[in-house]
Amino acid sequence: MSRTRIALAVSAAAVVLAAAACAPQPESDTGAAASGSPDCTANSPGLHKRGQLTVATDSPAYAPWFEDNTPSNGKGFESAVAYAVAGKLGFAQDQVKWVVEPFAHSYAPGAKNFDFDINQISVTPQRAQAVDFSASYYTADQAVLTLDDSGFAKATSLGALKDARIGVQVATTSYQAVLDQLKPSRQPSVFNTTNDEVNALKNGQIDAIVTDLPTVFYLAGSELDNAKIVGQFGYAGGTPEEFGLLLPKDSKFTTCVNQALGALRSDGTLAKLTSQWLSASANVPELKP
Amino acid sequence: MDLGKTAAPQRPVTSPDDTYRPSDREQERQRFRRSRKRRHTWTATLCTLVAVVALGAVAVASPGWERVDSLFLDGAELRAAFPELLRGFWLNIQMFLIAEVLILVLGLLIALVRVTRAPGLQPLRLAATVYVDVFRGVPTLLLVFLVGFGLPALRLQGTPSDPWVLGVIALVLSYAAYVGEVLRAGLNSVHPAQRNAARALGLGERQTLRHVVLPQAVRNVLPPLLNDFIALQKDTALVAVLGPLEALRAAQIKADYDFNYTPYLGAALLFIAVTIPLTRFADRLQKRAAQRTWAETGR
Repeated sequence: MSRTRIALAVSAAAVVLAAAACAPQPESDTGAAASGSPDCTANSPGLHKRGQLTVATDSPAYAPWFEDNTPSNGKGFESAVAYAVAGKLGFAQDQVKWVVEPFAHSYAPGAKNFDFDINQISVTPQRAQAVDFSASYYTADQAVLTLDDSGFAKATSLGALKDARIGVQVATTSYQAVLDQLKPSRQPSVFNTTNDEVNALKNGQIDAIVTDLPTVFYLAGSELDNAKIVGQFGYAGGTPEEFGLLLPKDSKFTTCVNQALGALRSDGTLAKLTSQWLSASANVPELKP
Repeated sequence: MDLGKTAAPQRPVTSPDDTYRPSDREQERQRFRRSRKRRHTWTATLCTLVAVVALGAVAVASPGWERVDSLFLDGAELRAAFPELLRGFWLNIQMFLIAEVLILVLGLLIALVRVTRAPGLQPLRLAATVYVDVFRGVPTLLLVFLVGFGLPALRLQGTPSDPWVLGVIALVLSYAAYVGEVLRAGLNSVHPAQRNAARALGLGERQTLRHVVLPQAVRNVLPPLLNDFIALQKDTALVAVLGPLEALRAAQIKADYDFNYTPYLGAALLFIAVTIPLTRFADRLQKRAAQRTWAETGR
């Protein structure tokens, strides 16, 4: 029976080793002084890296939110908003560092490598259980895009789109919006990127794309030359869709970012940036059920 | 030997007669073996339990366990996602079953072409070799993209536009190359004497292939064939990039909508539920094949 004993000893040793290897990491205490107001300066200990603001977004970063897939150029709505927030917090242009954060990874548990993530992320109560959200910086409506020669180009109501083959992008709230509002007779197709959606539309694999209005405007203007914006519809029975900045759960910086966004809203900067980068939606017909 | 008509005395071969009783020593041996087996089983069970409990304790005692628990093991989330996952998984199963049949046919064709010897068939052999080289070298995901977005873009009459059909075509193209190679190895593993013997008995070329060579070839490579099919079962998830809602995509939608990874776990469980029986089956076949070979060599 000595073999059994050896085996037992070996496995016990393995368990001990594993336990030693997996010893908990010491929690770094980045808590600001427990006074009333959080430290919102460029040297705040709550930052991912002191002295710089680390901002994340996914790659590829699409227009009209970013331009040329280069978030650091300050062009595109979300790039401009990020720099405006940074400015309000007291960071210079060159103190803002951009990192790539795939969407599906942005809500992973554990340490994050950014201060906030700006990636057209809709705020929902369910999502807020996993991460922190800032206040809203944009209110998005869903819109329907099809081709000129499509049978659905003249649709004036959501009901008229019932039999269309709809394409949406994965991880967007558009998918749920289509199911709840359009109630399509066929299952929507779900694509990884906007590019795949556009290709499927050109190939005739789907009849229409549903995504947020600014993206639809951009696609109709630059990606497709025979596109037709059918109309827009509000989501979830009238509650608009709000985009927020994503921060790590219980981040020390959430209140700071919210203060900055509040200031940008009250001094009119947000409104200015919205009209500068995102087309006016006034002339797009509203689709009713 | 045929004892049908002869009145030779029947020797009991299979059933021992009732008077047989193992000797005391034999019974002692059997008792010892039984008790040893019992003891080993208990020890194995105990060790496994201890290991599992220890690992579980390490996980649960870690400081971040609560976050992991709520993000990966959320029962309510799983229950909410499960119907969708099941519906998606049904599509995986369909794709897998259809693709499997087509792959077997195409793979066999490729293997047969590659083992021919006739000089006149050189162009065919060359084509098959190039096919295998190219389609084994290209990442499956790229093939799915090429077929899924490239074929419809050609705007040809009669190209399928259903994304899952296109995905199945891509999988068939990719896996037929693998399976073709496996079957070729099988065909080459049949001893030439078998073929000669069959021809000597007056079987034609085709009959030889059908009744002598192919059965042995397939039997020799059944385990690697099954391995390829298990891999195929998992790779049906790649078709998700073309838009159809299979299990992994359904999980991704739910996970990204609620910021919770539990649906992925549900999808993984579904895949495992199918692949594990297949894997066990492959293992059993392998064991049987090994036993058969040893029995033959020991004869």
